Amino acid sequence: MKKRTIALIIYFIILFVPIYWMVITSVKTDNEILRELTFFPKQITFQNYGEIFESPIWRGSFANSLSYVFINVLITLMAAIPGAYAFSRWKFLGSNQLFFWLLTNRMAPAAVFMVPFTELYYILHIYDTCWAVALAHCLFNIPLAIWILEGFMSGIPKEIDETAMVDGYSFPRFFYKIFLPLIGSGIGVTAFFCFTFSWVELVLAKALTVTNAKPVVVTLTVGIGAEGVRWGLMAAAGVLTIIPGAIVVYFVRNYMAKGFALGRV
Amino acid sequence: MKNKGWLFLIPALLLMSVSAFIPLMTVVNYSLHYIFSGSAPTFVGLENYVEVLNEPNFHDALIRQLIFSFMVLLVEIPLGILIALAMPRQGFGVAISLVLLGIPLLIPYNVVGIIARLFTQSDIGAIPHFISMFNYDYNVALHSADAILTIFFIDVWHWTPLVVLLTYAGLQAIPDAYYQAAQIDGASTWSTFRYVTLPKLKPVLILGVLLRFMDSFKIYAEPLLLTGGGPGNATTFLSLHVARKAESYELGYAGAVSVIYLVIVIAFSYLFYQVMTHIGKGDQ
Repeated sequence: MKKRTIALIIYFIILFVPIYWMVITSVKTDNEILRELTFFPKQITFQNYGEIFESPIWRGSFANSLSYVFINVLITLMAAIPGAYAFSRWKFLGSNQLFFWLLTNRMAPAAVFMVPFTELYYILHIYDTCWAVALAHCLFNIPLAIWILEGFMSGIPKEIDETAMVDGYSFPRFFYKIFLPLIGSGIGVTAFFCFTFSWVELVLAKALTVTNAKPVVVTLTVGIGAEGVRWGLMAAAGVLTIIPGAIVVYFVRNYMAKGFALGRV
Repeated sequence: MKNKGWLFLIPALLLMSVSAFIPLMTVVNYSLHYIFSGSAPTFVGLENYVEVLNEPNFHDALIRQLIFSFMVLLVEIPLGILIALAMPRQGFGVAISLVLLGIPLLIPYNVVGIIARLFTQSDIGAIPHFISMFNYDYNVALHSADAILTIFFIDVWHWTPLVVLLTYAGLQAIPDAYYQAAQIDGASTWSTFRYVTLPKLKPVLILGVLLRFMDSFKIYAEPLLLTGGGPGNATTFLSLHVARKAESYELGYAGAVSVIYLVIVIAFSYLFYQVMTHIGKGDQ
């Protein structure tokens, strides 16, 4: 084997040690976790997983998380696709400034927006709903989505738009029938990154929900920090949070590397 | 009608006004007032800003933050490039590698925190267990250096895959003809990398540097979960400092810190962008 393949394999092993550790912790008994350090669980138990699947609180918070992530990905794509199209096709008055302004929102720390979001969503009567979190996550996902999509769209020659117009396609029909399929992989990649960043976000999801829309990341936090933490249970919940994303990653794997290949910057 | 571009941006701008512009203006408004729960806010002009700029805790958090973010860039960007260069360019290894790289990115911040605790807890953790064999008492709750280094390694573990993905995407976009030409010219491996690969990677590297800079500047959950910003204030990064003030309802002060924070991060990002676009212009 080539030296660099070996180096790569070593890197992947290091990359997966923490995840392996979490997985084996999740199937150990509480007794074994606290007593001694073992690399393979002596006795495999799925009790922690069972407890999560049986608890309405855990089930509810997984459902809440998935709901706001899906709402967020949908509204982000619906807003970002036409927006990215505008940036990729025309250099209009203030387009560069607007593009940079959008990016600056990606830089804002969530902690800054905690209080204003709470106040605003109280007024809009969506505080403590999935919509509040979904809308708040647009803060960082719309700029990112426009950024990635613009790169993909710029890779499609303008002549395609013009030919379609000459052939008598109306703009909406051209967009839906010709343009969207062409950037299909771009949409897949964008959806993956939006999913990721919304799924892992903690600060806003925590600030904007109390009980009705409590996401899994918050349910998890409750157990940490306290004395006598149930590490096995936490680890099992942690393993479960990786699964939805892993499914998404499997479907977009072939497009992932292209995601940032092109682009304005 | 070039300006119909604005028309296509209406949905995005509407959403951004609700989820970015209005909250930001609210923060700016807070920053100009003295706010204490129960009484009406009083306008104090730039007084909050003066207070922030004169506060030692803020200086410390800022310096800590800058050092941390630069360390992150110094390690993650070169490491990411190296790993991307070692990745297979075709065959079934590609898909496997990409899926493996994607998985750490999908782990929520607080699950990362749980993993960190599993490794570092003084009672059950693997790291204290092994390091104690070398007669060193590793304890993130007591030793600042242990806590800072641990958070640094967590960040490198969690986010280097993003740099690898970006760089790999850039590598795939370089046509083989460039390498063939370099080979014919008898270029060494290093000079091929330096004069063919690196200039072509510039766009994705700019993106990688900017994303990693902005996001490492936002680091929040990892120190919060590992030690709550401690020991002392050793891992109280800027975001944690802001959140603490906002949580204790010192909204005027928190607002002023936030605005200063944004100015700093935008200024640095702009600087990186300018420097990186101008470096090595002659190479291409």
